[in-house]
Amino acid sequence: MNRWTHIEKAVKERIIILDGAMGTMLQKQNLQEDDFRGERFADWPTSLKGNNDLLVLTKPDAVEAVHNSFLGIGADLIETNSFNATSISQADYDMSDLAPEIARASALVARKCADEWTLRTPEKPRCVLGSIGPMNKTLSLSPKVEDPGFRDVTFDEVKGSYIGQIEAFIDLVDALLIETVFDTLNCKAAIAAVNAVFDKVGYKKPLLISGTITDASGRTLSGQTPEAFWTSIAHAEPFAVGLNCALGAGAMRPHVMSLSKAAATYILAFPNAGLPNAFGEYDESPDDMAAQIKPWAEDKLVNILGGCCGSTPEHIAAIAAAVDGVPVRSIPHIAPTLRLSGLEPFLIPA
Amino acid sequence: MTSTAQFINIGERTNVAGSIRFKRMIVDGDYEQALSVARQQVESGAQIIDINMDDGLIDAEAAMTRFLQLLAGEPDISRVPIMVDSSKWSVLEAGLKCIQGKAVVNSISMKEGEAEFLGHARKVRALGAAAVVMAFDEDGQAETADDKFRICQRAYKLLTEEANFPPEDIIFDPNIFAVATGIEEHNNYAVAFFDACKRIKKHLPHARISGGLSNVSFSFRGNNPVREAMHSVFLYHAIPAGLDMAIVNAGQLTIYDDIPEELRERVEDVILNRRPDATDRLVDIAERYRGDGKAKARVVDDKWRQETVGKRLEHALVRGITDYIVVDTEEARQAADRPLHVIEGPLMDGMNVVGDLFGAGKMFLPQVVKSARVMKAAVAHLMPYMELEKEEMGLVGKSNGKVVMATVKGDVHDIGKNIVSVVLQCNGYDIVDLGVMVSCDTILKAAREHDADMIGLSGLITPSLDEMVFVATEMQREGLTMPLLIGGATTSKTHTAVKIEPTYKNGATVYVTDASRAVGVVGALMGDGKDTYAANIQADYIKSRASHYAGQTKKVRLNIATARDNAWTTDWNNYTPPKPTFTGTRTFKNYDLATLRPFIDWTPFFATWELKGRYPGILESDRFGEVARDLFNDANAMLDRMISEQWVKGNAIIGFWPCERDGDDIRVFTNESRTETLANFHGLRQQISKTTDRANFCISDFVAPADDYVGGFCVTAGLDEDHRVQTFKDAGDDYNAILFQALSDRLAEAFAEHMHQRVRREFWGYAPDETFSGEDLIAERYAGIRPAPGYPAQPDHTEKATLFRILDATNETGISLTQSFAMHPASSVSGLYLSHPDSVYFGVGKIEKDQVEDYAVRKAMDLDDVERWLAPILNYDRAG
Repeated sequence: MNRWTHIEKAVKERIIILDGAMGTMLQKQNLQEDDFRGERFADWPTSLKGNNDLLVLTKPDAVEAVHNSFLGIGADLIETNSFNATSISQADYDMSDLAPEIARASALVARKCADEWTLRTPEKPRCVLGSIGPMNKTLSLSPKVEDPGFRDVTFDEVKGSYIGQIEAFIDLVDALLIETVFDTLNCKAAIAAVNAVFDKVGYKKPLLISGTITDASGRTLSGQTPEAFWTSIAHAEPFAVGLNCALGAGAMRPHVMSLSKAAATYILAFPNAGLPNAFGEYDESPDDMAAQIKPWAEDKLVNILGGCCGSTPEHIAAIAAAVDGVPVRSIPHIAPTLRLSGLEPFLIPA
Repeated sequence: MTSTAQFINIGERTNVAGSIRFKRMIVDGDYEQALSVARQQVESGAQIIDINMDDGLIDAEAAMTRFLQLLAGEPDISRVPIMVDSSKWSVLEAGLKCIQGKAVVNSISMKEGEAEFLGHARKVRALGAAAVVMAFDEDGQAETADDKFRICQRAYKLLTEEANFPPEDIIFDPNIFAVATGIEEHNNYAVAFFDACKRIKKHLPHARISGGLSNVSFSFRGNNPVREAMHSVFLYHAIPAGLDMAIVNAGQLTIYDDIPEELRERVEDVILNRRPDATDRLVDIAERYRGDGKAKARVVDDKWRQETVGKRLEHALVRGITDYIVVDTEEARQAADRPLHVIEGPLMDGMNVVGDLFGAGKMFLPQVVKSARVMKAAVAHLMPYMELEKEEMGLVGKSNGKVVMATVKGDVHDIGKNIVSVVLQCNGYDIVDLGVMVSCDTILKAAREHDADMIGLSGLITPSLDEMVFVATEMQREGLTMPLLIGGATTSKTHTAVKIEPTYKNGATVYVTDASRAVGVVGALMGDGKDTYAANIQADYIKSRASHYAGQTKKVRLNIATARDNAWTTDWNNYTPPKPTFTGTRTFKNYDLATLRPFIDWTPFFATWELKGRYPGILESDRFGEVARDLFNDANAMLDRMISEQWVKGNAIIGFWPCERDGDDIRVFTNESRTETLANFHGLRQQISKTTDRANFCISDFVAPADDYVGGFCVTAGLDEDHRVQTFKDAGDDYNAILFQALSDRLAEAFAEHMHQRVRREFWGYAPDETFSGEDLIAERYAGIRPAPGYPAQPDHTEKATLFRILDATNETGISLTQSFAMHPASSVSGLYLSHPDSVYFGVGKIEKDQVEDYAVRKAMDLDDVERWLAPILNYDRAG
């Protein structure tokens, strides 16, 4: 039985546990410019501190330590450290050409850690999700205040950049995760890239998609409601759809609920550990976070749970313990009828 | 036609093939206007908007991309799904790459064979859209029911089995073709369409059906009443057969039951192919219905009087006919147990129909206000009986809610407020209208006394914005909790979100765009979901504030010294300022209003009634034409009486004085010796950073450093205005009250335009040969400007005080200034005259604190005071 088949079986029986935050865990290691540069990029012309994705080449130990800490507390799924490993996002560091290499290295690091833990706990195989981030350029919003019709990137450029990333790690990962989607059009370009790569390599892998509700208005940054977001990406036929980042568990619940009702697929959620305080730190305790999330499982809103910014292995362990043994959500039957969307969903009743 | 409840209207006006107007905007690159067309579509009830850029003059891929990217930034439009419409695949694909939502492609077909069809279908699916599939194959478009169904069935099988295309994402277009063309084979086209619909619905599960409705009536182009009747009859039969949606002009559908019987029968004969001579018989009568629809109205006229009394009341309300209302109301009263039952029964039923039609964009504001007049006449007739009954039985009527409405202190403009009041009254709300210049105390007291459910504040001039903030603060302080509605020309969502809403935390604060929105807002605030609604509004305002503050930091502005370095200038040494024919002032009393008539700019008049479009084009507009023509006729009839019976008096005063530029100010001298200063007109300078070589303007730039002249004027066409408005209102005739106010307003503007022309030709005389007509005047093609204090070129209303003082305007003309420097009567205009041929109108825009501090010193006013008056244009937050 291959690793993902285990997950497909397990998801019918229990909540699947996804890892916590990579970025804020790396921050805790207090890495310096030299750590990011390593020997290879000692003379790179731009500052590299903060290019977390690059660490898979220059300081893989740091990334492995984070993966292992989450695998150690029993995470079923870990995400590759490749959130910004696209040619477009890496342009910030003049590293566009290196993006595929970074993406592949991120998968190799994650694969190594996951496989070690699978050997140790063969009854619980560990899977790797290829993380596909939202990019630092957006297709639905203008970067120029004075010209709302302006775009500094095209759909085909975004799609091409994603293809470079996905091709680099498709053979190493168990599934793909398009995450922290704040502009659905970028996500649609990523979906198109995923399908283009599937066509090219001649096989498919499961796809998970996670959007981000950016504020109290209950909309994505590009203005969609959670249900409109789902309607817009349902053609990807994802294994799971969900939400992550931006909000703590408390504020995320109603949006998870509306997705859970609308989507005939598995639901994932990985909220932040609360909201950042005045110093940019996340200070919600593992118990607080777990206490807020437990009812999601009890109310059968979700199938896969993890954490985003600020969540540590202790947070994930607390969540896993809290939802242990809770009966699972099964995929609801949604009657087929024409569904369209703008910023809001539009359903034409059968 | 209850089945239309689920029928989807696809807006058709954003289609260059269907709308010459839209096409012109795209060809001219006027995307701003083009967006407003899309917005109107959504506002008038389109649930999907169809966008088509296919035209020889247009680069369709580029235009589609540009338009969709702009549209993405307009949440009130992009909330609805988009239908990307093109006959070119490349345009469809380019469109889909700009849309984050799930769109519809219109269309794909098998005309180029199966392989290409499936290729397109897979791409549509990959980009996450649904598709309209034409009944079109390698042999052409299907005409018979058999062919239509056969092709659709084949496409369905291919899509679902070969392309993994979900059946629920398929929308068939089984081709609506023109009937009554004179060619016999065409006679059965509509029937074939209906048959095909039925078979698709029966055999192809989950698939939907759409069509382009206007094709069916193509042979009657130019005859809109007949076309509309054909559309209406076609839908009446197509919807039960399975048509789910159609590309329609929602504002132009006739109600099936309203089609004159003769016309309906003959149209139905054609559509249903019921007799061989059907086309000839329709052609025979078609001419009689052509034109402005008057024939239609005439034919209807003699019919509706024979209906039941309930139907007659409804008809009178929907059509705004007062002729029989007392007779009919009396008949209904005699048949009812209690007079109140007439109101709660047939009258409210009729008003609900009006409300529904208005909400669906099928009736327009002038018609609704006329309906209100009919309603008031009916209620007025019942009132004595109800009073009598109340005395006997102690009964009272019920109301949906009570709203206290007021134009705030210092402001006299109330046309908008009156319109909102009428529209709310039509919807069963009690309105306590406190009138104009209402102090905060009075508003709060009235709200408490009447136990109001809501307070509505209105204002037109900028100082009113501050007064509204004050009212909100006081409501908070005094612990009121009812929702606060904000409306009026200078108000905005941003101002409400940034300045008003944060000060009133006890209850909801909602900005109401226009009268058509008012009912929805008030209903939502009174209904079961009011908390959710208020929470949504609040969240929306948080967002507005965020984007306001985000936007503020980004705009680079110059410091005032740098802005002054970029002042407009000219070769003053080689310029001789023209000398007016007199200095001092001249007064004109009881001016002949007839001479002003040709100077009226009608476009804003239609805007007052929420009919948007330029005059005279609007009279022929597809959407508003009929109602605009009716309104225009009523307006001219009233204007005839206003002039011949002297309903209003027109007074004016103009003056000229020697002057010179003094930095950003204009120094005005008492006489030609130019020694003694009479006054200083203070100017404000643009501080925006200019990307082009344009100057940073200030009004003083257009005045020579020495030996120049400046003029001033003050005109009114509103004396006795209030009295006349009240007379109309007392008679329950809000329609004529608002019409009259709007016309007085237009006359005042026309008066200002006319006097300016006389100034240029005679009194200042620098353009004696000028022969501009009304349109050129509106387009401001003349030399010299007349900037008004409180408007973009000098946004400070307090400058009016200086102008009024040196003109002695109040004594000479009867126009006074309120605390907020609004002119009373409201239908008045004042401003300066500047003569330089290169002078232009401009907007000062946002200004920085350095200029405000300097301005306060020049005006010898406290900085706090200046900041208060200039609050709307400050590019920073006032302290405190």
